[in-house]
Amino acid sequence: MTRKQRRLALIGAAGLVLAVAVGLILTALNDRIVFFRSPAEVAQLNVQPGTRFRLGGLVENASVERPGAQQVVFRVTDGTRSMTVRYSGLLPDLFREGQGVVCEGTLQADGSFNADTVLAKHDEKYMPREVSDALKKQGHWQGDAAPGGEGKPK
Amino acid sequence: MIVELGHFALALALAVSLVAMVLPLWGALRNDGRLMAFGPPSAVLQFLLVALAFGALTYAYVGSDFSVTNVFENSHTDQPMIYRFSGVWGNHEGSILLWVLILVLFGACVAAFGRSMPSPLRAATIAVQSSIVAAFLAFILFTSNPFLRVLPAPTEGRSLNPVLQDPGLALHPPLLYIGYVGFSVVFSFAAAALILGRIDAAWARIVRPWILAAWTTLTGGIALGSYWAYYELGWGGYWFWDPVENASLMPWLAGTALLHSVIVMERREALKVWTILLAVLAFSLSLLGTFLVRSGVLTSVHAFASDPARGVFILLILCAFIGGALLLFAMRGPQLAGGALFSPVSREGSLVLNNLFLSAACAAVFIGTLYPLALEAVTGDKISVGPPFFNATFVPLSLPILLAMPFGQQLAWKRGELLPIAMRLFVAILAGAAVMLAVLALSSGREAIAALGLGLGAFVVVGSLDDLRIRAMRSGAGSFFSRLFGLPRTIVAAALAHMGVGLMVIGIAATAFHEEQIANLEPGQTLNVGGIEISFEGMRRTTGPNFIATVGQFTARKDGVELMRMEPGKRTYVGRSMPTSETSRLQRGLGEVYLAVGDAHEGKLDVRAYWKPYVLLIWLGPLVMTLAGLLSLTDRRMRIAAPRRRVAPGAKPEPAE
Repeated sequence: MTRKQRRLALIGAAGLVLAVAVGLILTALNDRIVFFRSPAEVAQLNVQPGTRFRLGGLVENASVERPGAQQVVFRVTDGTRSMTVRYSGLLPDLFREGQGVVCEGTLQADGSFNADTVLAKHDEKYMPREVSDALKKQGHWQGDAAPGGEGKPK
Repeated sequence: MIVELGHFALALALAVSLVAMVLPLWGALRNDGRLMAFGPPSAVLQFLLVALAFGALTYAYVGSDFSVTNVFENSHTDQPMIYRFSGVWGNHEGSILLWVLILVLFGACVAAFGRSMPSPLRAATIAVQSSIVAAFLAFILFTSNPFLRVLPAPTEGRSLNPVLQDPGLALHPPLLYIGYVGFSVVFSFAAAALILGRIDAAWARIVRPWILAAWTTLTGGIALGSYWAYYELGWGGYWFWDPVENASLMPWLAGTALLHSVIVMERREALKVWTILLAVLAFSLSLLGTFLVRSGVLTSVHAFASDPARGVFILLILCAFIGGALLLFAMRGPQLAGGALFSPVSREGSLVLNNLFLSAACAAVFIGTLYPLALEAVTGDKISVGPPFFNATFVPLSLPILLAMPFGQQLAWKRGELLPIAMRLFVAILAGAAVMLAVLALSSGREAIAALGLGLGAFVVVGSLDDLRIRAMRSGAGSFFSRLFGLPRTIVAAALAHMGVGLMVIGIAATAFHEEQIANLEPGQTLNVGGIEISFEGMRRTTGPNFIATVGQFTARKDGVELMRMEPGKRTYVGRSMPTSETSRLQRGLGEVYLAVGDAHEGKLDVRAYWKPYVLLIWLGPLVMTLAGLLSLTDRRMRIAAPRRRVAPGAKPEPAE
């Protein structure tokens, strides 16, 4: 092979790998990502039952029920609207009434949400940013101090 | 007083670094020995000053001086000494100070170990490194000062984030940072070479140990973080494709590619453009990781207090260094052409293939991490890119690397042939195929992807080790074992590192066979997982130095024989209201029974139990890779002081490294 042919082979191989990578990434971006919605957005955007998305908001006070072993039903609110969420499994350590939560799952025909994952992150003063943004959008957010306060000595 | 001394030392270090980024470089460009000689001592001085500052902050932490805001927010007198110590870097300000400490440590290492390198390169490298130091010291002093006081001094602190109170997490950040920041030296070497216009095999030879050192610690740091997440977070997962994890994976992928391409540059003086670009890229991705973690763009356990001003500052640093390096690159580009010829099927060809797929995998992680941020900025839509995306992109892009790995080790430089190698590798091919078919048959064809992963893993493990056997059989005189132990350490290390990758792949593929049981148990009830009976006996409360815990008492039995008393629990730390999980694990060979508890309701306890066969391989693999990296660093040929040897292009096509 001449120098030119070798270079062509190299560029060809690089192009092929690049094309495969781009193809894989574009396909995955089409059907492997989920949107984040607050209860108000779900109503406003008229999300269809069966759609998979992340639902975020605050766990409504006094809404958590346990109808069976590892069965949990609670309501997630963004201050404007709230939705019933069903989940079976262990809740994360930081799941509390009145605190931020993000659930991933699908919307049911009756307007409730079946979650297969419930996330509440690692820190007591941590508010999922999606949740704080959603609350701000609904006008129910007081300042930037997350629950628990930050930085100021008491 | 000591705290103010630390603050002062930091300001002084900034001044020294500002001078050190100008004078030695000027000297290197004008070939003025006196100006160049200013570099090494100034690098050592920067290190001493920052070490003094770090020592002052540590002093404040260990002595629980709550008049320092940073200490007040992240420490507590009840905290055991090790966590008062690790609390220094368990927060934003302290961790950036640690970052700078490692930056200047590497600068001082270039000064101390760089006697054998050409003095213009050494001086220019120290100058570039000092410019990074200056940027980050300014960042600390203007946006993230750990030495600020609060008056009147509180009597008690707010304690370190409880999930960070763990021995694994005391060690994870320093290791990860040495890796991250280690690529800064590589970047400085690349920028210095571009400035001086001398980019050749000798340069590759000088930089290689630095790349290896950074890669080795980064590998260990990432593995340690993953292991911590596995046992501390209570979900039994080892990798979540969290943006912050991706931020450490991207420099690792670029660094791994660099580690391979620099060999081609050293041996054959080819791939010069690409190697320099990767050197710039690896550190750019480290900076990007710092930006993502520290700017508050992302929220996670790693993102301590977030502040937009900090984000903008790091973004400016990021743009200045990446932009500057790429500008230099564009100016020197025409001089970088050339290099030795090689056939597509050759050692060089296989390393190019490795680089192509590693970069493609790195690009997939990059897009998956940044796409949500970009989309939100443009359309306001919030999306989550999680494991499904990465499984569909990263995994297929990394499988070809595994397939090619044992072949690459066997290929000759310049030109090789695949068929004889396939015949030499028949043991490995046979082992891989046997494992794959056995898993397919045992799972009745249901676990095709796991079978592929396990087969590839077995192929890589056997093929890597077989490489040593094949080499020992062919080379030198004496008995097989004396020849085996006579192999160069870099060769043995490469085989071991590849074997580590294979072990890790087996561990990851075996997750398809994990069993999970979730139950709500009363005392006296049992559950079965992985053929092991776990009976729940009751709950008790205990107290630790700075926490109270609820502990579930379990006994694990196999065929009626007691194996272990397991006590997973939940802790609530003093000073913080958040609970953390303490898991209990029972090792069976390379697998583990994993037990975590949830909340108790009316005397019943939520229990999550897993059987995870071969799960330990996920971290044993990277551990082997880390040890292999260390072994390779001890090779004479890697030693920085070793005499420089110019390899004439095409001197001898020896199948080494």
